[in-house]
Amino acid sequence: MIRLIVGVVVGLSVLVTTALAADPLEIGIGYISRAGVKPTLSLVEQPAENDGVAGARLAIEDNNTTGKFLNQHFTLDEVRLRQGDDAAKAAVALADRNGFIIADLPADALLKAADAVRDRGTVLLNAGAIDDRLREEDCRANVIHVAPTRSMLADGLAQYLVWKQWKRWMMVVGSHEQDKLYAGALRRAATRFGAKIVQERIFEDTGGARRTDSGVTLIQRQMPVFTQQAPAYDVLVAADENEVFASYLPYRTWDPRPVAGSAGLVPKSWDAAQDQWGAVQMQNRFRKLNSRRMTALDMQAWTAARMIGEAVSRVNSGDHKTVLYFLKGPDFSIAAFKGQRLTLRAWNLQLRQPILLVDGRMVVSVSPQEGFLHQVSELDTLGVDRPETRCKLP
Amino acid sequence: MRRHCLVSGMAVWLAGTLPAGAFIAYVSNEKSNTVSVIDTDKWAVIKTIKVGQRPRGIEFTRDGKFVLVAVGDDDTIQMIDTATQEVADTLPSGPDPELFVQDKAGKILYVANENDNTVTIVDIEKRARVGDVQVGVEPEGMAISPDGRFLINTSETTNMAHFIDTAARQIVANVLVDARPRFAEFKRDGSELWVSSEIGGTVAIIDPAKHTVTTKITFDIPGLRKEAIQPVGINITADGKTAFVALGPANRVAVVDASSNKVTKYLLVGQRVWHMAFTPDEKFLLVTNGISNDVSVIDVAALKVIKTIQVGELPWGITIAKQ
Repeated sequence: MIRLIVGVVVGLSVLVTTALAADPLEIGIGYISRAGVKPTLSLVEQPAENDGVAGARLAIEDNNTTGKFLNQHFTLDEVRLRQGDDAAKAAVALADRNGFIIADLPADALLKAADAVRDRGTVLLNAGAIDDRLREEDCRANVIHVAPTRSMLADGLAQYLVWKQWKRWMMVVGSHEQDKLYAGALRRAATRFGAKIVQERIFEDTGGARRTDSGVTLIQRQMPVFTQQAPAYDVLVAADENEVFASYLPYRTWDPRPVAGSAGLVPKSWDAAQDQWGAVQMQNRFRKLNSRRMTALDMQAWTAARMIGEAVSRVNSGDHKTVLYFLKGPDFSIAAFKGQRLTLRAWNLQLRQPILLVDGRMVVSVSPQEGFLHQVSELDTLGVDRPETRCKLP
Repeated sequence: MRRHCLVSGMAVWLAGTLPAGAFIAYVSNEKSNTVSVIDTDKWAVIKTIKVGQRPRGIEFTRDGKFVLVAVGDDDTIQMIDTATQEVADTLPSGPDPELFVQDKAGKILYVANENDNTVTIVDIEKRARVGDVQVGVEPEGMAISPDGRFLINTSETTNMAHFIDTAARQIVANVLVDARPRFAEFKRDGSELWVSSEIGGTVAIIDPAKHTVTTKITFDIPGLRKEAIQPVGINITADGKTAFVALGPANRVAVVDASSNKVTKYLLVGQRVWHMAFTPDEKFLLVTNGISNDVSVIDVAALKVIKTIQVGELPWGITIAKQ
């Protein structure tokens, strides 16, 4: 009924009426992720089975609310990879039906998927992988990165710690590969923003169960001992992406010091406690649809699907090449409840974004911090900037 | 928009009969859950009224008997009796009301409900909800065309200005604007609709007959990063010659020549400048500064900030009428 009236009266408008007489413009978006969730140390942080894709589903609803005024219709085509499934094969199958694929995959699988669909021009949006190398030496012309990088997260945290005058860091690094990468990003951030890592310690992952009946007693003895005899420091920074030890550190360090990094004050793209800049509406909408709180991965997937919706509404085309061209261009920006517009770094297709610093209950601060200046965008004080990039896009 | 309509009638008989400044301003303080009442003779807060949770949109009723204030977290609109300066009643607004607009007669209120993508229609006298219109995601800005035929609603995540036929209560046109449209304002003669896009950083000027964007105003402040320029409130003088645009965290109000649509001046005000209102004689423009918790007074003829008045925490909206 509404559409009928729209069609009749809006005949004058070039902006919105072009497609109204015809069937809606159909835009298919694929979503590819791995099945199963990894256990976390904290029971309350255990991700839901639909972590990530729940955000994409909400964005599809939002896109379709807009789409009903523009005669555009969005669908989500979800694929979950099981152990041993080939990401490239799954991506090709998705690309047969969709011009865009949102991916929540580890770095190597993401590259395989991207290369498998490169020739047909399918656009991948990386919603999950934070590896800097995907935006640097391993960058791809058909992959847009919505997730922040490790270095953006580390820089966001470092700016705040330096602003707080907590410049002497004691760093504890896990023994997994990702922990070492995160530690590298934190070292770089310390150097960039004037902090000093007074000592580094390695916390070996010796395996074992995450939860045991008398675990607390043991941890309470281990953690103070592990952190004793440290040189004078202001804050303990932990790099533990695999959830082995970091969450055990707060309140248990030998010296009474705050913890940051993988526990305590954590840098994230989003948090369920974020309530500034209209975010409450977003949190409410998400909770209504999914009956749980919104995580950083949910937000990254929402943003990815909204970026497609935003671009399609501007170019009034579902053609992936036209949409990619617009996304890469100077006119693209997306609103994502972070107090400012988010845009793409043209040199490696990374989404610029503020980084929230959260403690599990509240948003403590949002970086970039005041005073960290940049000649182009203060958001480029976070992560690898243009002069340092190793990415060469055609 | 509604301010202008309300104000214009009064300005006619006020001119020359009363000393400038015999007006009263009501300011909603989003964080303190209060409304500050400012006497524009004294440029001082003369009363602070306790209201519901998270007061934002605020307007005098057309008859001047009430000030309506949307208290979003209480899902209602409260009516402050202007004689007693106390909350006297409530209106059924729908969930999370933020901005609203009255029809010409002051009988019907249109409310943007951010949480459920609707505009709620309320009969003010009967205090009853009489209908709603489905719009885009996160409806926010509201305006009514001077002839009363069209209601404008902007939706923040859909990025559109929706034209709603007030008789049929149906959307008749949608115009895409830049990201996060916050506020809509007609020129008094109905020739142009101005819509601010907070995240896009622009103001779109829309031809209300053709439903197309004719001009886009951008703002360039030396030494200020682009992301900090976030237009929100718009007020246009009755003669349609000058527009003021509040630029949020840029801490400035842009003065725009509304014929050439060029920015002629930036006035430095307080932090995170949000909404604004003229005094009925249009001699002064009062603007709310959210982060500095104050209201700046702009001398409209001199284009100078002449005064700052402390109010409650996070001042958001403002409405002004005669005492």
